[in-house]
Amino acid sequence: MAENKSLKLGFDVAGGDFERAGEASAKIKKMLKMIGVPADIVRRIAIGTYEAEMNVIIHAGGGNVAAEAFTDATVITVSDKGPGIPDIEKALQEGYSTAPDHVRQMGFGAGMGLPNMVKCSDEFDIKSVVGEGTTITMRFEHISEDL
Amino acid sequence: MKVSELMEALNLKLLTKDVALDGEVRGGYASDLLSNAMGQAQPDMVWVTMQGHQNIAAVASLIGLAAIIVAGDAPVAEDTLSKAELNDVVIFATEASAFEVIGKLYELGIGKE
Repeated sequence: MAENKSLKLGFDVAGGDFERAGEASAKIKKMLKMIGVPADIVRRIAIGTYEAEMNVIIHAGGGNVAAEAFTDATVITVSDKGPGIPDIEKALQEGYSTAPDHVRQMGFGAGMGLPNMVKCSDEFDIKSVVGEGTTITMRFEHISEDL
Repeated sequence: MKVSELMEALNLKLLTKDVALDGEVRGGYASDLLSNAMGQAQPDMVWVTMQGHQNIAAVASLIGLAAIIVAGDAPVAEDTLSKAELNDVVIFATEASAFEVIGKLYELGIGKE
């Protein structure tokens, strides 16, 4: 079997920093594009990563966004030491949100973030402990639907 | 239709400096919810919104939109424009309501292809 080498990229994201929001996702997108991941896959990865990055900024007071690109797939891991999610099932429901009003006024907090991540990834996993933090892992296969 | 032709046809005010206007517009999307636009809009679409804060530039850049039209004379923050220019995102403003803008886009045949 061929060796499955990987390329890693990780960024710390500051909580409440709407000014730099999306920068980690943008850099990851750029790297994946550069190494030749199909455009429609890169788009899905960008969507999932941005949603997770925004959640860290809105809810968690900061965290880390990391990408590991293999030849056959990319794995995005977003972790924080935020408040954690008491009811994950509820949080995964479309339309459910705990975002504060000032964030909603910006067009976030519509309860679409986690559902979007589930939809755009091939595998989605969320682990959360109240008072300790949340880790989201998304896997995206590099099999283009455009081909 | 090219972004520059769209600008002329709808009499849009170009807010971003030094960005290419020769991109092709393929369809459109309208939403003020960023996650919704993020999940539904496709590359090369024009996005009609009333949000003017800097995260619209990040969304447009990440999904590769042709342009953003901020409708209804909604305010667009200065840092939105600098972020957009940095990422080659075109932002237009218009006094026309989102409803009017979308109607005109359909009249031009955008969204019918």
